[in-house]
Amino acid sequence: MESLIIVLVGVLTTVAIYLVLSKNVVRVILGTAILSHAVHLLILSMGGLKLGAVPLLGEEAVNYVDALPQALILTAIVISFAVTAFILVLAYRAYQELGTDNLGAMRGSDDE
Amino acid sequence: MNNILVLPMLLPIIVGVLLIFLRTYGRIQAWISLTAMALTAGISGYLLHKVQTDGIIRLDFGGWEPPFGILFVADSFAVLLVLTSSIITAICLSYALISTSKELQTMYFYPTVLFLIAGVNGSFLTGDMFNLFVCFEVMLLSSYVLLTLGNSKRQLREAIKYVSINIVSSWFFLVALAFLYGAVGTLNMAHLADRVAEVGQTPLLTTISIVFLIVFSLKAGLLLYFWLPGSYSSPPIVTSALFGALLTKVGIYALFRVFSLIFHHQPEITHTVIGIMAALTLIGGSLGAISFNDLRSIAAYNVVIAVGFILVGLAIATPAAIAGSIYYIIHDMVAKALLFLLIGTMITLSGTSKMAGMSGLMKNYPLLGWSFFVAMLSLAGIPPLSGFIGKVLISSAAIDNGSYVLLALSLLSSIFVLYSLLRVFKNCFWGETIVSKEEQLPLRRGVLIPCLVLVGLTILIGLGTESMSPYVTDAAETLVNPSVYIDAVLGKIQ
Repeated sequence: MESLIIVLVGVLTTVAIYLVLSKNVVRVILGTAILSHAVHLLILSMGGLKLGAVPLLGEEAVNYVDALPQALILTAIVISFAVTAFILVLAYRAYQELGTDNLGAMRGSDDE
Repeated sequence: MNNILVLPMLLPIIVGVLLIFLRTYGRIQAWISLTAMALTAGISGYLLHKVQTDGIIRLDFGGWEPPFGILFVADSFAVLLVLTSSIITAICLSYALISTSKELQTMYFYPTVLFLIAGVNGSFLTGDMFNLFVCFEVMLLSSYVLLTLGNSKRQLREAIKYVSINIVSSWFFLVALAFLYGAVGTLNMAHLADRVAEVGQTPLLTTISIVFLIVFSLKAGLLLYFWLPGSYSSPPIVTSALFGALLTKVGIYALFRVFSLIFHHQPEITHTVIGIMAALTLIGGSLGAISFNDLRSIAAYNVVIAVGFILVGLAIATPAAIAGSIYYIIHDMVAKALLFLLIGTMITLSGTSKMAGMSGLMKNYPLLGWSFFVAMLSLAGIPPLSGFIGKVLISSAAIDNGSYVLLALSLLSSIFVLYSLLRVFKNCFWGETIVSKEEQLPLRRGVLIPCLVLVGLTILIGLGTESMSPYVTDAAETLVNPSVYIDAVLGKIQ
């Protein structure tokens, strides 16, 4: 199971990096969103994907699932959600002001 | 009783939320946030004193004993930085109160600054790696907002790059955390240090530490500073001053904490890499600082040089070098805020940020000129001012350690700092005045007061090194002997 997830993480990261390296702002943002999904899966698999009982709700189970990675992911998802929302608004405003969504055209010069 | 430890983070957040409701009242917001920051500074001063008498204080949230819960740990290093950043923020806010535009005052500037400082203070105080990530994000999200406030085209353009780069570096942070958790099964800093010491720093752990190095270098502007000059030179000047004084220091703090507490077992790899990166940063920053005619870019590259210089201390990693770095961090926060505020005032007065458009300011604004002169000497590390002691300690430690290349580069970079600012001083303050006495813009009453307070601070730190030294020595000692920190956090459980 872990190997499968790790391969998935690799695929997601590849896709994300391809998107982040493009010149279109929206593609970059989509890339960063996928990038964060990849790392969330990575954290989950790092905690071990064993089939255990719910943590800390009973005493009979032999195997407990590690609850910490899930707590970490929850926090990380919220943060990446906020950041993605912000950068989407930022990209929209930048498009309005600068009239382009091409990162190559946003280089800027000394005498703007 | 230890609950007071949470206040440097909690107070700005609560006041910040409150200020959102007072959006239209610019001056009231300014005064409230100023009071809040002064209060935070007072609390951190008290904490510093308490750490000195009672040893390291910790606060376990929800009563979860370490290593299980999240906790705040206050050692001298953290509290010194909290104290300095609170004071600097208060001063920058008073500059904002006096000088900024109405638009900025009512566009959630003050709440955002308070959220920023909450993130900064949280990053300094936290004792948990994941909590560090969260505090970093609080700080970064506020910095994104501050960077875009003002809404000029240039700001939006720089903000897109800044935000994208920081998202990627946060991604690296999470990757490093995931691998670290997979490798040692804990995220509490003291517990991590303990576990890493137990298993020895295997090549895998060293690799993870290098990923952390990349993350924090991106935040601190160590070698990976390509984003820094653009984003630090585009926002309104108060924001630039806050960024220059605080943001990079958080990355530096994280580097010091991680590489002195957790990953210090393979210095021949990690600390050598840090040394090389610091050397390259010094070279790049120096070249940048002398190659621009734009005042704000010069100031931004001066930030880069300081980062390189501070990290030289970590690369050498003897007690004297670490103490020197701590002095220098504190000095740099004061001096960089001063430099940015002065340059901002010069830009407002002359209406341009290019050196070519300014001349002979000394004649019309002598006090501004002399303040800039003091700032320049302070940044270059001339004796009675605050930069001196840090430079001396780091240099002598470099000699003792035989790191002559680092020594040469760090001293040469001081000359470049002096040269770049002297160039500004010569071009802008000396020479013929372009505007006559009648035409000159009046220097608004009080604009110089925050700058003069900072000038006073840099002189005071320079002259009062003696009274600061017990705190800094204690901070350096904790960094050099991680066991002090580990024992304080994990108690006698181990």
